[in-house]
Amino acid sequence: MKKKSGENTEQLRVGVFICDCGSNIAGHLDCKSVTEYASTLPGVVYAKENLYTCSESGIGEIQNAIKENKLNRVVVASCSPRTHHPLFASSCAQAGMNPYLFEMVNIRDQCSWVHMGKRDIATAKAMDLVRMGVAKSTTLEPQSEIESSLVRKILVIGGGIAGLSAAEALAGMGLEVILVEKEEKFGGLMLDLNLLDSGASAEQQVFELAAKVMTTSGITALTASKVTQITGYIGNFQVAIATPGGKIDAKVGCIVVASGAIPLIQEGLFGHNGKNVITQMELEKRLKDGSFKAGRVVMIQCVGARNQTREYCSRICCATAVKNSMIIKRKYPLAGVHVLYRDMQMYGDVKEQMLWDARGMGIQFDVYDPKRPPVVSDGKVVFHHAVLGETKEFPCDLVVLSTPLVARPDAPEVAALMRIPSDKNGFFLEAHAKLRPLDFAADGIFVCGSARYPVTSIEARTQGMGVASRIGAILFKDKLVKSSIVAEIDAETCVGCMGCLNVCPYDAISFNRQTNVCEVKEILCKGCGNCASTCPSHSAILRGYKPEQLLAQIRAI
Amino acid sequence: MLDVGRHPNINLMAYSEVEKVEGSAGCFKVRVRRKARYVDEDKCTGCGACREKCPTDVLDLYNEGHSTRKAIYSWFAQGIPSTHTIDPDHCRVLQGKKCGICQKKCEAGAIDFEQKDTIVDLEIGAIIAANGYTIFDPGKIAEYRYNDLPNVVTAVEFERFLSASGPTHGHIDRPSDIAVRMKIEELAKEENKLLKMLARFEEKHGKKTAEFYKTYTPGETDPEMVQWASRYEEYLPVKNRLLELQKKAETFTTAKRLAFIQCVGSRDLRYYPFCSSYCCMHSIKEAIIAHEHENATTSVIFGMDIRAVGKGFDEYKVRGGNKSNISYRRSRVAEIINGPNDNPVLVYEDTQKQIVKREEFDLVILATACAPAQGMKELSKILDIEINRFGFFKTSPENPLDTTREGIFVCGCAHSPMDIPESVAQASSAASRAVQTVTVTPEKLLKIS
Repeated sequence: MKKKSGENTEQLRVGVFICDCGSNIAGHLDCKSVTEYASTLPGVVYAKENLYTCSESGIGEIQNAIKENKLNRVVVASCSPRTHHPLFASSCAQAGMNPYLFEMVNIRDQCSWVHMGKRDIATAKAMDLVRMGVAKSTTLEPQSEIESSLVRKILVIGGGIAGLSAAEALAGMGLEVILVEKEEKFGGLMLDLNLLDSGASAEQQVFELAAKVMTTSGITALTASKVTQITGYIGNFQVAIATPGGKIDAKVGCIVVASGAIPLIQEGLFGHNGKNVITQMELEKRLKDGSFKAGRVVMIQCVGARNQTREYCSRICCATAVKNSMIIKRKYPLAGVHVLYRDMQMYGDVKEQMLWDARGMGIQFDVYDPKRPPVVSDGKVVFHHAVLGETKEFPCDLVVLSTPLVARPDAPEVAALMRIPSDKNGFFLEAHAKLRPLDFAADGIFVCGSARYPVTSIEARTQGMGVASRIGAILFKDKLVKSSIVAEIDAETCVGCMGCLNVCPYDAISFNRQTNVCEVKEILCKGCGNCASTCPSHSAILRGYKPEQLLAQIRAI
Repeated sequence: MLDVGRHPNINLMAYSEVEKVEGSAGCFKVRVRRKARYVDEDKCTGCGACREKCPTDVLDLYNEGHSTRKAIYSWFAQGIPSTHTIDPDHCRVLQGKKCGICQKKCEAGAIDFEQKDTIVDLEIGAIIAANGYTIFDPGKIAEYRYNDLPNVVTAVEFERFLSASGPTHGHIDRPSDIAVRMKIEELAKEENKLLKMLARFEEKHGKKTAEFYKTYTPGETDPEMVQWASRYEEYLPVKNRLLELQKKAETFTTAKRLAFIQCVGSRDLRYYPFCSSYCCMHSIKEAIIAHEHENATTSVIFGMDIRAVGKGFDEYKVRGGNKSNISYRRSRVAEIINGPNDNPVLVYEDTQKQIVKREEFDLVILATACAPAQGMKELSKILDIEINRFGFFKTSPENPLDTTREGIFVCGCAHSPMDIPESVAQASSAASRAVQTVTVTPEKLLKIS
């Protein structure tokens, strides 16, 4: 990091701009007095009240004042830094001032708006806030943005429909891809499926996609291979891949985790025996190879899911059951098919229509009470009908259990490679359940398909293509540029207790075994300050929020 | 939204409509009509001084008509861009009357009553249709009496009631009670006016009105006395009605017994056969938030299935049942009738006991269907893309983001009903399809040559 140059010789010249925000601020406190007061503060050589500091004229006034009054600190007292800090800081930079010497004070959201009708109090508080801001500004140091190079290559882990779709889309965007599949063949779970909802062959569809991916220039497609090591960070990951032809080392800029999930098969569960009590996945195989034979089929939903031990709904099993029921009924119109369910999860347009159509074909749907689940015995299923409140019995020669997709047993290994988090069910945990479903909290790593949570093939394909644009937004830039407001650790005073390491949510801190101190990887640090507030020896600090800077602010109260 | 508004590569054209699309993938020519705001976007700082002084009240559709906004307004507080807009249908100046207060109040000089729509022609590589959906009008379902019963609201109306910045500041006041309170305000104003008139008579004649009226006989000929008496006769019912309503209002509490009806307009062959995907979770979320606001709140969710399909959703549903007083009832409500105290009464079948039940609630929330967006057909003509049997843009399972025209993609509820994470993931996919359209790859070059 750059130390402030000429610390003792540089004379502080602070400019303060007080924004009226129309009447939002000026309507509830006396901006004129605040401005006059600001001009009396130590270091302040210029103070100005603006009608709107963020307007073109307001920005112009700041930039002129920087030039004419040789300002080396600018404080704007106005609205929220969340919305306006970037504008003011970059405007200061345009006028030749280091943007990290800009400080913002919120006298609107945190003052005029919360003290409406109490003009005197609001004015006094605004003066306090401005005084604190000015005090902090005098301790600020110039910084330069952190830059890092980017490797325009992506590692995709998993060659199922999600990983294939991601590779296809990334290559289609002109990026290089290394696609790694553990099995001998690309395709994942789709290889074992019979037909899709649309009636198309699942194997055929995924085979065509795999063929396209394997012949696309820019994609290195590896089967029977495994990623063994990943180090580095966004833009510059070093990865090691074990392939049948030997070890490959590569540098990639981003990583896609598309390692999928597997269907639960548990012997004895609801009488599962793989013969006349089978799972939907086993039924798919029988339908595919033509060995299916049954006259009376009962399907049971939510087997091994939505219970105490496995609380989640696996999303895809209802549609699978309906799809397979319809396939059976179409081929054997005289076959009886009963589906015992808790809630038919046929969300959306196409799936709900399937449910209407299935009912029309004579497939019967009955609700069972989860407190008294169906009992499978030889040749029949007995269950408590939750709607009618009666016990019912269906004779059958085949029972099909709709079991959930569960996390792969080797998912923790994949997680350990990148130290990415998983949820309690073993599925990978995205950065934000609603707004960032395809990102990990760690930069440069993305997730798609059933590795995150069970999805249909269409959803997996959509997500696979989705990560491609998330990655494009990073790798299409010349370099990675980020704010310099990051943590730093003083190697001389750090005792290597690793307290910071544990509180860092971004894995930005590592322990150097040679020097026995903790080190910050600036490119990964998001400037949350957890380490700074944890460090017992005050060795970890957050730039722009150093103790002396915050203390200057506090002492000014 | 802020990030999008600030992104250097995004040209945000709000309050605009696409009118014409020509050309083909990679080189579309798109004509956009930027509607006149009557406010200069570059000058407006969004301070809201104009809005404060605007004399014209208009029903605020952002709050589903449960509050008012002004004729110059921003759709909601955090909207991007933060500029204001004048509603030409209600602005006095634009309706040819005298006003112009906003122009005087705007210190940035942003108001421009002369502004006209502008046409912008753009050269575009790929197009993404993300035009969302429309909320089904539950008034069409006669048996739910949405238009007649004040305390039957839609899920989105209820969302506004729950919002701290909404019409009730987050308190679940019942619409019927709000109406009574408004009536009280109105009557109080009227009473005040009449009292002032009566006071003038009292002052003039040095007598209390009540005393005067005791001695007043209907045959009186003095016009002044007749007027005094008639004013008093006007005043009495107002006062009584006011007292009566005030007494009634004292008993008002927030709504505590809530009923949610699922599949209103969806999974219903009369309207939309499809499942709207997000409403089960929406109702559960609203019930949980209502319970957080007020611990005495109990909610019953009436539905055929509770489709808590998504990561962590079923767990959320179970938690709502265990911790937020939500019970889930597997039933399709047959009818809503008006009960005492404007309490809606639900008529439904208890299938297990095989009897028809009636149950009274304080407020009923209808989980309305996610209907195809208004103007879907017009847009499909402009874009020259097909619509599927459900009314959404047609795609294929192999290429779920691609419409029937190359270079035009779709995401979100214009594709099919879906929740937020699905929409976000799809939006990213549509973006990647769009980028692929404009990226030149060796394979594409081979195809051309």
